[in-house]
Amino acid sequence: MAAEASSAARTPRDDSRDGMWLLIIWIALSVIGCLLVALVWGPHMPPGAQSSSAASQQTDITVLAVLATPVVIGVLLYLGWALAFWRQRPGDETDAAPIHGNTKVQATWIIGTAAIVLSLAVYGTIELISPAGAGAGEGPQPIWKPAGTTTASVTSWAPGTSNILQVQVIGQQWAWTYRYPQFGGFETTQLMLPVGEPVQFNVTSLDVIHSFWAYTLGVKADANSGVNNVAYTTPEHTGQFQVRCAELCGIWHGSMYNTGDVVPVADFVKWTQTTSTQLADVTKLLPPYAASYDPTAINMGKINAALGLTGAGGGFYNPADPEQP
Amino acid sequence: MAIETQPESAQAPGGSDPGAGPRERPWWLGPGLHYAVIGAVLGYFLGHWLGNFTGSQYQQVGTSDDNDFAIVLGFAFLVLGWLIGLGVFNDLIKQMLGRPVRSTDHKANLGFAKYFRYTLDHKVVGLQYLVGMLIYFFTGGLLAIAIRTELLSPSYHIMSPTTYLEVVGSHGTMMMMMMTSVILGPFGNYLVPLMIGSKKVAFPRIEALSFWLTPCAFLILLSSFLLGGFPTGWTGYAPLSIQAGEGMDAYAVAFGLMGISIILAGFNIVVTIICYRAPGMRWSRLPMFVWAMLTTGFLLVLAAPVLVGGMYMIITDRTAQTAFFVDQLGGSSYLYQDLFWFFGHPEVYILALPGFGIVCEILPVFTRKPLFGYKIAAAGLFGVAILSFFVWQHHLFDSGMDPDMRPLFMLTTELISIPTGFIFLVAMGTFWKAKLRLTVPMLFATAFFFNFLFGGISGVFLSDVPADTTAHGTFFVMAHFHYTIMGGLIFAFFGGIYYWLPKVMGITMNSRLGKVHFWTMFIAFNSTFMPLFAIGMLGQPRRVWEYAANLQTLNDWVSISAFCLGGSLCIFIFNFLMSTVIWRKPATTNPWNARGLEWQVSSPPPADNFENIPVILAGPYEYGDPDALPVADLHPPAGVIGGALAGAVAGPSGTEA
Repeated sequence: MAAEASSAARTPRDDSRDGMWLLIIWIALSVIGCLLVALVWGPHMPPGAQSSSAASQQTDITVLAVLATPVVIGVLLYLGWALAFWRQRPGDETDAAPIHGNTKVQATWIIGTAAIVLSLAVYGTIELISPAGAGAGEGPQPIWKPAGTTTASVTSWAPGTSNILQVQVIGQQWAWTYRYPQFGGFETTQLMLPVGEPVQFNVTSLDVIHSFWAYTLGVKADANSGVNNVAYTTPEHTGQFQVRCAELCGIWHGSMYNTGDVVPVADFVKWTQTTSTQLADVTKLLPPYAASYDPTAINMGKINAALGLTGAGGGFYNPADPEQP
Repeated sequence: MAIETQPESAQAPGGSDPGAGPRERPWWLGPGLHYAVIGAVLGYFLGHWLGNFTGSQYQQVGTSDDNDFAIVLGFAFLVLGWLIGLGVFNDLIKQMLGRPVRSTDHKANLGFAKYFRYTLDHKVVGLQYLVGMLIYFFTGGLLAIAIRTELLSPSYHIMSPTTYLEVVGSHGTMMMMMMTSVILGPFGNYLVPLMIGSKKVAFPRIEALSFWLTPCAFLILLSSFLLGGFPTGWTGYAPLSIQAGEGMDAYAVAFGLMGISIILAGFNIVVTIICYRAPGMRWSRLPMFVWAMLTTGFLLVLAAPVLVGGMYMIITDRTAQTAFFVDQLGGSSYLYQDLFWFFGHPEVYILALPGFGIVCEILPVFTRKPLFGYKIAAAGLFGVAILSFFVWQHHLFDSGMDPDMRPLFMLTTELISIPTGFIFLVAMGTFWKAKLRLTVPMLFATAFFFNFLFGGISGVFLSDVPADTTAHGTFFVMAHFHYTIMGGLIFAFFGGIYYWLPKVMGITMNSRLGKVHFWTMFIAFNSTFMPLFAIGMLGQPRRVWEYAANLQTLNDWVSISAFCLGGSLCIFIFNFLMSTVIWRKPATTNPWNARGLEWQVSSPPPADNFENIPVILAGPYEYGDPDALPVADLHPPAGVIGGALAGAVAGPSGTEA
């Protein structure tokens, strides 16, 4: 019956070599695709290579994209082939050959996908541990630290030593401020970093959850009040970078951004000296430096008076208060 | 020869007397939607008054200008009044008083009015769900259009920041919360009994209740607009949700209510599938859609209680100041993130698995081949379902939680791509040298795999901690889950509508308009969400109305595509309304020439589904096998059904047959 129906229609296509053709085209396209992704697209992958963690993320994204290429090409090629060639012929109302399964194909598929997935997990773990947490927030007790650094002193820092530069990032609705405990503990809205020196960001919040995202620096760490979320990176190129809040934090979340600067070490040292002198009056009114900032210890009135401000400038919204302003 | 006496009590719950139905009354005297609305309005004002009466003494209420007690109690009494008006408690009270209750066998001949009542027929509930879900989906879709309108320009120009966040939060919550039962509700409730050869579901009252809670949740969620909205998005992270205004109460109550609804729906479907299969419906013959409903049901029952708990804690934090999530008072915001995502990640598989089920149902019919690797497909569904409970912390890679666990959660997340890959293997194997019939449902099923491929691949980037550090919290994540949920679930949902509407309503939808709908939707969908991957990777965080000026071209492209996507869905609405109301082109019993058990009965199915309990003889996917038995014997000889029932169903049925 099947033969009758198909002879009534056009001559059936010979599909005995479809598997081989699919395999050849897939391998050829995959090789081309992988090379293009790795060599042409790879160097332009986000988030760039401004810092050590950004560079490691860029490598990671490129590796994943290269691995994804044959998968995407394979499935799309197969679906396209099926739609083009394995169609019902006009007038052919019969069913296709009943194939319930194929142990070899199934076993190959399962072993293949499991091997890819497990090697990805191993690679991801290495890429997470070796560049000191890959720029992600590690919480108050970081376990992956930049090689050769110590936290010997939180009150002083000199370039070229193993003592790591510490920057406290304070999120509040809806602004970022940065505190430099190793230079007298001044607090500023400018984020300056020296090039080539490992940095430890101590990210915390005064109110709700924010997320400190220095995009081209490859750092992202949530800011929770009462928690010190530590993230590491080493800036490798000078230039500006964007800081955005990456966790919805209320009405003005969308405009909670500013820019930071990576500058040469000498410029950075000079900047810390001028800024700490400029802000000395305010700094002495701030609560002593602590890993998690207690905003209730700030005497806002005195700070405003020192800055020559009046009113509620610089206030913060207590999350225990029931009403969003 | 058919048996004379059906074992009536075989599937009837105990305690009811099928002989004594309640008196027939005109529809407007019986409980129904009209009394439910009255009850809801009265309930809200009663609750609001009670909240003001009790709450106004507290300092918390006095120092702020809102009274969360009054709002929450208003909503609680609203739900109670709604359910009383619908008559949900009538049978319960009658049973307590020893009066005869409405039998679930009793098919009241109410005509159209039965769709507006607490009806115990699973086919009525399925259609109620279908219409409800379409309304919820298009409401959420309109909000998405509003979001894209705002994002036409890099700073805010149409909506204020407050309004924008209200819209974003309502869109996300509407889609993630109401759409949890987008397939289990309409298709699961309607088709599972038909597919397993049962005359009814296990718990008709629970099933009907699960539907009638959804309009309540929908309206309460929308009411947040009147209360100033909620600024948290669909995740409702504390402490922002503790700080927010009264609109947050609407979010917490609605989400909690929907949580209860999906627990009930899942519970009913799981028990139905396990206990109500016809004789011969072995696990190895179960349609893949039923497997998907079973795994989804398990996920709903196990994950949603955590959500209900989390929402309850938000409500008590906001009203009674319990401070579960306020760290200054000894709570922890991490607790909420854990609770939410412990529900939230299984939730996204609750949205994915039914899609798998539908495409596995559609593929064999239109490739005219058996499903390739039946066991692999079922194993894939179970693998995804089980693993989904062990991955939730990948939402918290940057949150500052203990980093020790990161490699583990990276591994478990990546492991999920193995069982997901099974579904792709099954699809590709089924396509192999097929005789494809490119009908509208088949187009949607094929597009499912195209879209889910990109959704799945982008998921690997998010599971990998270094890549996730860039991608987390950006439009990349947004594109990823729209590809899996909209590109996966919603495409499967529309495929399912085109595939099963001839069965459900006995009406064929216009296939030319269906193809126009498919192609416009497929192209507009990809054109909308593909650039969002790039936008996210280029540094645009989620839920912002203000973005870098150099991203405006991409954002405008996305917005215009989104408008086209909306237009494409209008074609569907037109087709659906015209086909079901005006044209009403009758469908044949089995237009697709499918083997599934649901296609062996008339269209629409008779009131009792099957005249006699059928005996299942073969699996549903034996296409192309000339020796295959028909899928079921719909009129089994007396001895067969009696013998099978005596063994399978203990109790009074054995003696009757």
